Amino acid sequence: MYRYVFKRLLFLIPTILGVTLIIYAVMSITPGDPGRSMLGTSAPQADVDAYNEALGYNLPFFQKYLNYLIKMIFHQDFGISYFTKLPVFQEIWPRFLVTIKLAFFGIILSTLVGVPFGIYAAVKQYSAFDTITSLVAFFMAAFPAFVLGLMFLYIFALKLNLLPSYGIATFAHYIMPAMAISIPPAAQNMRFTKSSMLEAIRQDYVRTARAKGAPERTVIWKHTLRNALLPVVTQIGLNLGMLIAGAVVVERIFSIPGIGSLIVDRISYKDEPVIIAGTILISITFTIVMLIVDILYAYIDPRIRAKYAKLKG
Amino acid sequence: MNTANILEIKDLKVIYKTDLEVVEAINGLNLTLGKGKTLGLVGETGAGKTTTALSILKLLPSVTGKILNGSILFDGEEILKMDEKKMQAIRGNRISMVFQDPMTSLNPVLTVGDQIAEAIQLHNPEMSKEDVQKKVASSLELVGIPSWRSVEYPHQFSGGMKQRVVIAIALACEPELLIADEPTTALDVTIQAQVLSMIRDLRDRFNTSMIMITHDLGIVAQTCDDVAVMYAGTIIESGTAEDIFLNKDHHPYTVGLFNSIPNLDVKTDRLSPIEGLMPDPTDLPKGCAFSPRCPHAMEICHQKRPPVYTNNTHNIACFLFLPEGKQGNKGGEE
Repeated sequence: MYRYVFKRLLFLIPTILGVTLIIYAVMSITPGDPGRSMLGTSAPQADVDAYNEALGYNLPFFQKYLNYLIKMIFHQDFGISYFTKLPVFQEIWPRFLVTIKLAFFGIILSTLVGVPFGIYAAVKQYSAFDTITSLVAFFMAAFPAFVLGLMFLYIFALKLNLLPSYGIATFAHYIMPAMAISIPPAAQNMRFTKSSMLEAIRQDYVRTARAKGAPERTVIWKHTLRNALLPVVTQIGLNLGMLIAGAVVVERIFSIPGIGSLIVDRISYKDEPVIIAGTILISITFTIVMLIVDILYAYIDPRIRAKYAKLKG
Repeated sequence: MNTANILEIKDLKVIYKTDLEVVEAINGLNLTLGKGKTLGLVGETGAGKTTTALSILKLLPSVTGKILNGSILFDGEEILKMDEKKMQAIRGNRISMVFQDPMTSLNPVLTVGDQIAEAIQLHNPEMSKEDVQKKVASSLELVGIPSWRSVEYPHQFSGGMKQRVVIAIALACEPELLIADEPTTALDVTIQAQVLSMIRDLRDRFNTSMIMITHDLGIVAQTCDDVAVMYAGTIIESGTAEDIFLNKDHHPYTVGLFNSIPNLDVKTDRLSPIEGLMPDPTDLPKGCAFSPRCPHAMEICHQKRPPVYTNNTHNIACFLFLPEGKQGNKGGEE
C-alpha cells in the first residue's frame, strides 16, 4: 500500500511536466504580450520590445520552458510576476488557500447534504420524501453556481440584508459563496448516491443478509451502504475539480480573492509565471485528492486492496 | 394442526404487480413437508419455485411482490400473520436459505468470518465474542473449509468454496428447515457432487428438514424423500420419491420432464423436449395451465382447472385419472 502511494506520488512529476508544457504551448500561440498590456496601447513599439526582452519573454518557447523548469526544480523559484513584479509564490499562495478553503466548505456541504439525502431517498423509494428531494435535486443539478450566487446575493444581501455580499473577512462571508458553490454538486451527489444505493440494495448479498434475519437497519448500513459508497467516493473526488473550476465565477460574484479569479485576471496580461504556477498548484491538489480517493477505495473494498498488494513487484 | 409437519402451505397465491402488468407467480399452491424429511421441488425456470421459497421467508420484493391469500404454517404457526420482528427472529435461525448463485450471494466487502458471525450474533446476542469466533471456526470446518480462512474475503474463494460458505451461514444456527434454492446450478459438475453430498451429510447430522429446489431430477433421486412437481405456480404432481420415479401413473408434464432426460442406454438421434413454452404468467389459460402443451389435452382441460387425483401418497392434478376426464362434468375445488 505504501509503495503504491509512493508510486502514485511519483506520477506527480509527469503530471506537472505535462501541465506546464500544455500551458506554455497554449500561451505561446495566443496573441498579445506582457509589454503591450503593461505599457498600454499608445506606447511605442520599441519600448514594448525592450520591456518584453527584459522579462525574457522573447526567448524561444522551448528554451523559456526549460529555463522555467530548471528554476522551479532546482531553486524552488516560480519566477517574478510580469504584472506586479512580486515573487509569484508569494502572490498565489494566500489566494490558493482562500480557494481551497472555499472548495473545502463546498465539498463538506455537498457531501453532508447530498449523501444522506440520497441514502434516505433510496431507502424510502417512491415515498413523498423521495419524490420531492429527487425533483428538487433534478433542478438544482442543472443550476449553474453563478445563477445561485446572484440569487443569494439578491435575497440574502440586498433584500434581507443578512449576510455580507463581498470579501472574506469573517466566517459569515463564506456562507453564501459556499452555498452557491456546493448546491449543484450536492444535488449531483444526492442523485448519484440514490441510484448507487438502489443498485446495491437489489444485489443478492443483501437478500442473503435479510435471509439471515438481519434487521433493516443492519441491512442498509452494514451491507448496502459500503458497497454503494464506492462510486460516490469517486464522484466526490471529481467534485473538487468542478468546485475549483466553478470557483472562478463564484469568486468573481462575491469579490473573493481566490486563485481562480487571479489566473483569469492574469491571462489578459499574459502573466505567464502566475498562470503556470497557479495551474501547477491546482493540478497537484487535484492529483492528491484523486490519490486520497483511491486510498479510500482500497479501504472500502478489499478486492481493490488485494489488487494494490499485487502491484508491489 | 398437524405438528408432525414442519411446513404446511395451503392455497397460496402470490402475484408480482407492476404498473404495466400483474404476474400470477403462484396460483393456489399446496405443499406439506414432514419433520426431518426432504422435499424436492421440481420444475422448469419460471415455474415459481424461488417465489415459493421467498414467500416462506416473507422475502418477496417489497414493492412488487404480494401474497394475496393462503396460509403458510411453520411448525404449526401462521407465518403470513407474523410481523417483521418475528420473521427476523425466524430467518436464519429456524428457517435458512441457500441461494442459487454463490458468486453474488456473499457481501464482497466483509470477511466470510464476519458474515457467518453475523448470523450467529443476530440470533444469539448473549454469546461472548470468543464463543462466536469458536462457532464460526466450527461452522467453517463443518463445510470443509480450514478455519484460518475466516479472515479472508469472498473474492479469495472459488465458486464451490463460496457456496460452502453460504451453506455454513445457513447452517450456523442449526435451522429446523433449510431451503436450498438450486444450490448446485451455478457450480461445475464435480463440485456439484461434493456440495450435494455435503448438504446431505449435514442434513442428516442436524436432522434438518429440507426443501431442495432444483430442475435436476438426478439430484432429486439422490437426496429427496418426497417430490413435488411445479408448473406455472401450482403443484401438478406430488408424492414420495418412489411414487414419482417408480409409479406408472404420471401427470403428462412429469412424463415430459422424464422424457427430456437423454437416456444413455437407448440410441436416439434427437432429444425429446416438451413442445411449446410455459404459459405467459400475466395471462394464464383458464383451464389446466399445461393444457396448451399437453399431448392428451381434452375439452375439459381447456375449461377447468383439474382437481387432484389421490392414490395413497401420490397426488396428480390431471383429468386423465379422474372420472370427470371422460365425461366433462364438475370437478373439485382445485
